[in-house]
Amino acid sequence: MSAFRESVESMIPALRRYARALARDTDIADDLVQDTLVRALRSEKLFIGGDLRSWLYTILTNLNRNRRRSLARKPIFTELFDNNPDASGTEAEGRDISRALAALVEEQRSVLLLVMLEGLSYREVADIQGVPIGTVMSRLARARAHVKAYLDGERPALRAVK
Amino acid sequence: MTGPNIPVTEDELHAFVDNELPAERRADVEAWLATHPDDAERVASWRAMAELLHARYDAIADETVPKRLEIERLVQQPRRWIYGAVAATLVAFVAGGSAGWVAHGAAAAPSTFRNFTVDALGAHRLYVVEVRHPVEVAGNERAHLQQWLSKRVGYEIKAPELEAAGLKLVGGRLLPGPEAPAAFFMYESPSGERYTLYTSRAAKADPTQMRYAAQDKDGAMFWADKGVGYVVSGPTDKDRLNQVARQIYDQTEKVGG
Repeated sequence: MSAFRESVESMIPALRRYARALARDTDIADDLVQDTLVRALRSEKLFIGGDLRSWLYTILTNLNRNRRRSLARKPIFTELFDNNPDASGTEAEGRDISRALAALVEEQRSVLLLVMLEGLSYREVADIQGVPIGTVMSRLARARAHVKAYLDGERPALRAVK
Repeated sequence: MTGPNIPVTEDELHAFVDNELPAERRADVEAWLATHPDDAERVASWRAMAELLHARYDAIADETVPKRLEIERLVQQPRRWIYGAVAATLVAFVAGGSAGWVAHGAAAAPSTFRNFTVDALGAHRLYVVEVRHPVEVAGNERAHLQQWLSKRVGYEIKAPELEAAGLKLVGGRLLPGPEAPAAFFMYESPSGERYTLYTSRAAKADPTQMRYAAQDKDGAMFWADKGVGYVVSGPTDKDRLNQVARQIYDQTEKVGG
């Protein structure tokens, strides 16, 4: 196996973790990872050095954004169980971090996860999202404030509906 | 530029937690936190948040990587691997009824897979029960049907030959699709079982593995290839549906989408 493929392979566990937290569904998350890998492998010859890790996160982030955009025109499927008190007992605590993530807008969730879970630098996240560092920092600050409010038990801020 | 008397900003608090703060400023922030309990509490909450995230998601990175994500597989079997993936995702979502579909939507946001499958299964359920008018153009006008639908959906379509699976072409019709017009073909077995093929442009869909979905008594196999999405719907016998889907898949390869 080429060094490139080995490097890609070594990133699969982290990509799966990020995808799961980002998409919150096992099948969709692994689809995202698979599509990311297929794209990366297809572009092996085009990859002339640089930060492979950031590049893979970039592909995955973009694929997820496209996925969400393509479904924006579809009816919103209501999160039934969020309103159902009986269904909240699956985690040790009712206020699960994954639900807090669900209440974030896409860009904020992505920043939060890349920085806090995947340990990327502000600079790397700025490159991945194609925005200035200042934007990354304000997204991160807002994401943290929302999640904190959610975990503290306040009503989560209503999600903007496109 | 920096100093113990310069107030610490919100950005600096975040940078402090994320190890992005210049080393010479760290001591200032630590001193600040000692005298500003509100900020100290927020910093502590962000650290706790990071621990929650790791506690919740690190286990996924420790899981054995699913077969369908193995590099060797992705590199060597660009077309055939989708068969192997069927079993893995066969129970992608199997729901008891329309309520189940909505409930599933709670956990999983819609996707191309979902959009196509919902539309295709809707069409399937609507038309397979039709006795007199199941199709617009009957199967004995196959050439005309193919020409007409190819023109409307924007790529060349041939109604697959499914005689080997014991299915005869009933005919076809044009339908609205998730992104563009959709072609719809219906097949029938001697015993009256009906299968349908629903195909439409899926510009953004990357080639995917076959995925299975079920609703009440109907099952559907979805895949995408070369910017075109396909859904084969029929009775929920998965083996049979898989057999039909594979025959169609193999024939669409020759057409080249």
